Amino acid sequence: MVDSPEQDRVETGDYSDREDADRDGFGPSTVQDDVILELKNLRTYFQTSYGTVKAVDGVSYHVKRGETLGVVGESGSGKSVTALSIMRLIPSPPGYIVGGEVILDGENVLDLSDGEMAKIRGSKVGMILQDPMTALNPVFNIENQVGEAIRIHQDLKGQSLVDKIVHSLRQVRIPAAESRMKDFPHQLSGGMRQRVVGAISISCAPIVLIADEPTTALDVTIQAGYLRLLKEIQAETGVGIIFITHDFGIVAKMCDRVAVMYAGRIVETGDVRQIFNEPSHPYSEALLASVPKLEERTQRLYSIEGQPPPLFDLPPGCPFAPRCEYAQDVCRDAYPVRAEIGPEHTASCWKLLDFDISKADPEELAAAQSVSVTAAAEEQLEEAEAVAD
Amino acid sequence: MTTIQEQIQQKEGIQPLDVNAEVILETRGLAKHFELAGGFLGFGNKPTLKAVDGIDVVVRAGETVGLVGESGCGKSTTAKLLLGLEKPTAGQIFFKGEDFTKMSRAAKRDYRKNVQAVFQDPWSSLNPRMRVRAIVSEPLQIVTKMTKGEINTRVDEVLEEVGLNAYQANLYPHEFSGGQRQRIGVARALALNPEVMVLDEPVSALDVSIRAQILNLLVDLQKEHNLAYLMIAHNLATVRYMCHTTAVMYLGSIKEIGDSEPLFSNPLHPYTQALISAALPSHPDIEREEIILPGEVPSPVDPPSGCTFNPRCPVKIGDVCEQWAPGLTEEETRHWVSCHLYGDAKERFAAGEAAPAAAAEDDA
Repeated sequence: MVDSPEQDRVETGDYSDREDADRDGFGPSTVQDDVILELKNLRTYFQTSYGTVKAVDGVSYHVKRGETLGVVGESGSGKSVTALSIMRLIPSPPGYIVGGEVILDGENVLDLSDGEMAKIRGSKVGMILQDPMTALNPVFNIENQVGEAIRIHQDLKGQSLVDKIVHSLRQVRIPAAESRMKDFPHQLSGGMRQRVVGAISISCAPIVLIADEPTTALDVTIQAGYLRLLKEIQAETGVGIIFITHDFGIVAKMCDRVAVMYAGRIVETGDVRQIFNEPSHPYSEALLASVPKLEERTQRLYSIEGQPPPLFDLPPGCPFAPRCEYAQDVCRDAYPVRAEIGPEHTASCWKLLDFDISKADPEELAAAQSVSVTAAAEEQLEEAEAVAD
Repeated sequence: MTTIQEQIQQKEGIQPLDVNAEVILETRGLAKHFELAGGFLGFGNKPTLKAVDGIDVVVRAGETVGLVGESGCGKSTTAKLLLGLEKPTAGQIFFKGEDFTKMSRAAKRDYRKNVQAVFQDPWSSLNPRMRVRAIVSEPLQIVTKMTKGEINTRVDEVLEEVGLNAYQANLYPHEFSGGQRQRIGVARALALNPEVMVLDEPVSALDVSIRAQILNLLVDLQKEHNLAYLMIAHNLATVRYMCHTTAVMYLGSIKEIGDSEPLFSNPLHPYTQALISAALPSHPDIEREEIILPGEVPSPVDPPSGCTFNPRCPVKIGDVCEQWAPGLTEEETRHWVSCHLYGDAKERFAAGEAAPAAAAEDDA
């Protein structure tokens, strides 16, 4: 039970009455100019008995130092597989990274040997997995698990190792770290376990942190505290965060920029306000309209009919066309090229090109097709090429 | 206006609440205490887990009552009590005015026919070895005396209502997506034509774009059949969309209950205010000053005395909060709150009046 405010804070880790604590939002922007991670046209395919599953099919995005990029999509959009590809944790077989580049701090991670990759994984790029409840090993105590990455990557022993572990636990605001680290996962609450997983991921000061839906199933107040913690760590260390989520609330609160994914591709990218104020891809618009709002009474939710397509059997053209309110013939013939809507705001949709295939650059158009285009589109492409010549 | 916006404008959300509609379900002082193992060789003090500690809820025909709260607040146990899956330790449940505990076996069966459930997990709530037809037929076979032909007709009817085809009745659950499985769950609940459906987090396990489909289905079914819903959810925005009335639970008791609109736009209880302040915004420009509550939710095994929220309350008044569990005060029309900041209990306490004995006190 709590005795005094001082005791209160030490026992619970609540530092909200500190002068520098910013209660209203997260303070000044932490985004810097240099790009620390860039994906270029990444393709990860899985060979299955159903056929080739094109889980990630030409994904490009980047993260700057101190920036939080939100990757939004439903199950099967490819957002988690993209993250696993960055970490090179794709099981092979059946999965293979078949194309593209992952440039982390200047070097292409896909070119590294397994040994070299192992040195980066967990140290330069950290990952908070989707289910932190099971990410912790129940038979080892916290000290052991937080220390694991440190032992491997930083080769510390004895007191300096212990000091580093305590430092990591303090960074995630776990109170009484020295005694708490002797505990086992089952002795901690859900929120605490979440923080321990966070501590493991930042223990070696990564430059990029990938958080894959870390707050699913957390209580509202615990989630709020955890998100605030991530932002504080970002302000302290300048780490770039890729936040994979399907929850637009998290995007609104946490992210500087957003990439929306559907069926293995990015359909729209932009600044968070651009995405919310001017969602230009029909899928982004539909998704935003299907989420109830807390601040006002929502008259009726928009429901997107149907389901995401099976990734081994994608129809030609835009994979969202069957569920799209705006779809026209060209949408079913060829995958759209990327169009610019505003500064750093792009979306791949024929609506933005007035449904006119001739407005697309032939080379870009050819590159955008992953499956064979229909005869009709092929004809049009040839026509467009002839005109260009 | 975009095509999508036009589409939404043409459709309706929940129907307005009719406060004079028939009361289908009512609880008074409903409580569930679990006795835990303890003491020495079975003797001595056994700790009691007070999962639900005296709640009063009313659900009318055509009304959706939302139960919100964090883990351990007792909302799931409340659902189980209403479904007859747990026996109350104290208090009463009334179905259309009749006391459930005093019902004959036949009446109880009738109750269960009328109070059906849609569960949270569309995977574990459907028997993977049964075809859809069998799953949806089961309640009809158990409770009614319908013939096979009548049952099949009803199954076809109800599958169509939830947006599935009759031919899909021959398939197994694993052949469907999560959203479709939840539709099967709704069909099963609807088969007996119940008066009330208990919805236990019906969309939490579903993908975001599918949630709207199921929520809209529930809204449309409610309008069609004048169904009463008791919905358990932790997502406040979903509750605001679906529920006419919202009850905020904490450690087994209701801290605030009332019409959803006034409750969400003007939350009275400090816990409700903290909950809303911590909720995620729907737009990046919305900034909420987050009320950070110290500590974590205490265990329901040894709840704090008086108002169970008092140790964490940022605006605690004083001793009155520790010694006197506040009742519900109707602070505005159809908006009740359980807090000494409202009502006259604090004055009476200061004047020396003793706090009333706790409602569901079990024998020591």
